Amino acid sequence: MLPKLPLDKWVDRMVDSIEENLNFLFDPISAAIEGVVDFFSYLLHLPPAIVLIVLFAALAWWIMRWPMALFTFVGLFLIDNLGYWDHTMDTLALVLTSAIVSIVLGVPIGIACARNNRTQSIVTPILDFMQTMPAFVYLIPAVTFFNLGVVPGVIASVIFAVPPTIRLTNLGIRQVPADLVEAADSFGSTPSQKLFKVQLPLAVPSIMAGINQTLMLALSMVVIASLIGAQGIGADVYRAVSQIKTGKGFEAGLAIVILAIFLDRLTQHLVKGKKHADRRG
Amino acid sequence: MSIIEVTDVTKIFGEDPKRILPLLKEGWSKDRIFKETRHTVGVNRVQFAVEPGEIFVIMGLSGSGKSTLVRLLNRLIEPTGGAIRIAGQDITRLNAEQLRKVRQKKISMVFQKFALFPHRTLLENVEYGLEVQKVPKKEREPKAREALRLVGLEERADSYPEQLSGGMQQRVGLARALANDPEILLMDEAFSALDPLIRKDMQDELLELQEKMKKTIVFITHDLDEALRIGDRIALMKDGAIVQIGTPEEIMVNPANEYVERFVEDVDLSKVLTASHVMRRPETIGLDRGARVALQLMRESGISNLFVTDRSRKLIGVLTADDASEAVKRGQPLEEIVIRDTPVVAPEMLLHELFDICGTSKYPVAVVNEAGRIVGVIVRGAVLGALAGHVANREVSVDAAETTA
Repeated sequence: MLPKLPLDKWVDRMVDSIEENLNFLFDPISAAIEGVVDFFSYLLHLPPAIVLIVLFAALAWWIMRWPMALFTFVGLFLIDNLGYWDHTMDTLALVLTSAIVSIVLGVPIGIACARNNRTQSIVTPILDFMQTMPAFVYLIPAVTFFNLGVVPGVIASVIFAVPPTIRLTNLGIRQVPADLVEAADSFGSTPSQKLFKVQLPLAVPSIMAGINQTLMLALSMVVIASLIGAQGIGADVYRAVSQIKTGKGFEAGLAIVILAIFLDRLTQHLVKGKKHADRRG
Repeated sequence: MSIIEVTDVTKIFGEDPKRILPLLKEGWSKDRIFKETRHTVGVNRVQFAVEPGEIFVIMGLSGSGKSTLVRLLNRLIEPTGGAIRIAGQDITRLNAEQLRKVRQKKISMVFQKFALFPHRTLLENVEYGLEVQKVPKKEREPKAREALRLVGLEERADSYPEQLSGGMQQRVGLARALANDPEILLMDEAFSALDPLIRKDMQDELLELQEKMKKTIVFITHDLDEALRIGDRIALMKDGAIVQIGTPEEIMVNPANEYVERFVEDVDLSKVLTASHVMRRPETIGLDRGARVALQLMRESGISNLFVTDRSRKLIGVLTADDASEAVKRGQPLEEIVIRDTPVVAPEMLLHELFDICGTSKYPVAVVNEAGRIVGVIVRGAVLGALAGHVANREVSVDAAETTA
């Protein structure tokens, strides 16, 4: 019989060598991510809960009209009432950071894929791999490189959440009608003028759909991230599970659901809402 | 000097197009090349020159290669072989940066489906060509507004394309192409997506604009009526090659081969032939002659009307046989019986515009040149004959009438 392939050893060795040789990279990355999380966390904890609740409800009203504003107000108020406000804001800081890192990485990679078929054919299978590999597995190298805490949580969330942004940026640019691209070329646009004046603006709805998906996936990672010490509502869920407290688990889970609905509707309507405002103005 | 000079330009689509070039020279047909090499001949050794200020129409059915050909002229599609000289400069040899300059300054394009940028206002759309040249907003905005004014849409400058009808959108397309003041306009089936009435309006408007601007226009169409209406010259394409180049009249009257003939046989001749094609030699009489002479002349030529002219053959009016015999009895001079409000038409008037005049006039219709001299007469029978495909006796041309005068 064939001997077992030492695949595990190979991966371990690769991870070890990455840790040895790229160590100088991890500290600044870690510091940057931690800085962003702390910044959001600081902002979200600064005003009293009721002020933020009203602000978020106002944002919902401005972008989506009153039913969603009402839901936001009642939902967030419920979270506060149940005593999960601080943890929910920790989670929001984690999710926002993951989303921002995903956008910063994902949009340029998506653009690169759209401009070059070979890049696309290399990136696509990697994305498939990233999305199908069980998310827990990313925790191991994330901890190896970044220790415990919120930073490996963000890293694992980004790996899991970035593919939709890349895919939909790529798709959005590729779906710009050929005659518009031709028109841009026919007036002597440089490739970057064409990208920024025609292709990207027209790809915005698709890119926003990708960002929306990314946010949702990042949110779905918060419980998993809590396994490696990321604070927030995910940790509450995890604790409830390990102690078999159904009621607590439901409360914490509900808080995540409310946050998810709020973020989902907000990002879905961002493009449409803004367009309306422009037209009216 | 020709502003566009296209020599031996070929476009072959496929894996190794250069390999196919010699086969074309050996005379392989498009079909054979496709069957044996899986390469598609898009444009086959095309040759033509366009003069400054000319509207050059390239016409053919879908798949004839006309849209590919027009894209070769600004290298939106790279030619496989041949030379394309724009104002003497072979653009097939330019690098990317030089090519961008040519596209920015010299050649603009108007697209079949308008291709307006939906996220930009009309003004921003029209500014686009100047914007990519980095012309500052202050300079490009007045130019863009002026271009919008030319097409009658300055009031809608802040609208978005989706708020406009098709015809209006294409006006914006035209304004966008005109804003950077190019020497050459490429119009790819620019009016084909519009409904027929709007299309005709746009053709008229284009001709009107062209009167003022004198651009060189290469116009692609599959519609022969459109080609005949707006083209100074027409190139007919089939299977990627040009079959015939000529003025609309040459193509109609002398089709180069069976293909062109079949193409033009369904054409509404009344929109191509003019009064000068169907007019007959007019019988005239000087105003200083008497009614008796007039009657004699009519009897000799077997007609019942005569045109009355002065000594320089300028038309004065028409004389009927009845009036003339009355005048003979009463001894009146021609002066008193000539009918002066007789209908006249110019030699360039199209046949279909003649129908109405011929149908309602009691008298034969005189064809009068710019100087007011009579050069011919329109007889109903000749109009019908021309529509049936018998172009009138060509010896009576405008020039001939002048010399006999």
